[in-house]
Amino acid sequence: MADTRYRAAPAEALRIEALGELTAIFDRRSMQTHLVVAPMPELLAMMGDAPCSAEALAARLAEQFDLDGEGDAAAIVAERLAELAALGLVARA
Amino acid sequence: MRHHARIAVGPVQFRIGSDWAAPVAALRQLYAGYPPDDARPADATVRLFAARPWRRVLRPAVHIGGDFVVPDALPLPLSMGLLAAEMGMNLQVALGWRRHMLLHASAVARGGRALIMSGESGSGKSTLAALLGEGDWRLMGDEFTLIDPASGDALAFPRAVSLKNEAIGEMAARVDAARLGPLMAGTPKGDIRHLIPRADAIAAMHEPARPALLIFPRFGGVPAIEPMGEGEAFVRLTEASTNYVALGEAGFAALTRLVRETPAFGVSYPDSASGIALVEQLWAEAAR
Repeated sequence: MADTRYRAAPAEALRIEALGELTAIFDRRSMQTHLVVAPMPELLAMMGDAPCSAEALAARLAEQFDLDGEGDAAAIVAERLAELAALGLVARA
Repeated sequence: MRHHARIAVGPVQFRIGSDWAAPVAALRQLYAGYPPDDARPADATVRLFAARPWRRVLRPAVHIGGDFVVPDALPLPLSMGLLAAEMGMNLQVALGWRRHMLLHASAVARGGRALIMSGESGSGKSTLAALLGEGDWRLMGDEFTLIDPASGDALAFPRAVSLKNEAIGEMAARVDAARLGPLMAGTPKGDIRHLIPRADAIAAMHEPARPALLIFPRFGGVPAIEPMGEGEAFVRLTEASTNYVALGEAGFAALTRLVRETPAFGVSYPDSASGIALVEQLWAEAAR
């Protein structure tokens, strides 16, 4: 759901290293390594500390990358957020 | 245990105990040239034991034990006691070592810089390293390479090279017979014969080397070199490391640094000669 709000893992919990097209994320809480591709690292970076919804994130993405407010952006961001939640990198707020 | 040996290979100090004399005697012969370091406590213990006391003499079967055990490992016949001892040593390091990141990879060094070759069994990494080690390279190890998380350096683990099948003939034609262990035919891994590394490689086993080139060899197919991105090298090396997970963030940091600082390539080759040529070409053109 595009209006579900998520909160990113606290910055000190994650160690994020860009490795070419992949980004490796070490989660100090679970001791797990996650390998992700764009736009996952960008979404995490954009979320900051505050809870935010897919709609709000999609709007910020559109602003940052100068995109038109295409209709399905929020739905795509919602899917990615759900995947990040499955990895434990974001949690429902 | 009736029979004992202490063997130091690179940073690892082994204590080996056996119910039988033969495997310990064979080990002593293979590792006779390795400087002993008996003052240090042992890091890893390997035990070769009979399941029942009478099995020491009656159809003797060698069980492998130690600090870590694989519960369903089958015992080996006593004629393969040396193989059991070597497998036990590998197992203790693979499962127990925490001071360095352990890569299932061979390595050779030249001028203080290391070429690391990672691949599955059958990729030829061991044979390539053994062949290079007979030339102007220092053999660092045919099976495991250690990465120091603090410095990023590669450390040698130059145990006796485990030659398999065709590699036995290939190496036997090149080296002094005194450097070869007994032939063990028909083991679960095929024919096996150990090769004692050159004396200069053993003497230099405590000297670290800077990783300069990562190669992922694949035996078979036309000769080919393919550059590999940092992400793919990272994924492959997490799979090639036996203790990546156990090391936690130190392992993550060591591996991200390794793949960032070291150019990586996949190399396909149809025979040893072309494999060596491709490796030397990459070393000349791409090594950092």
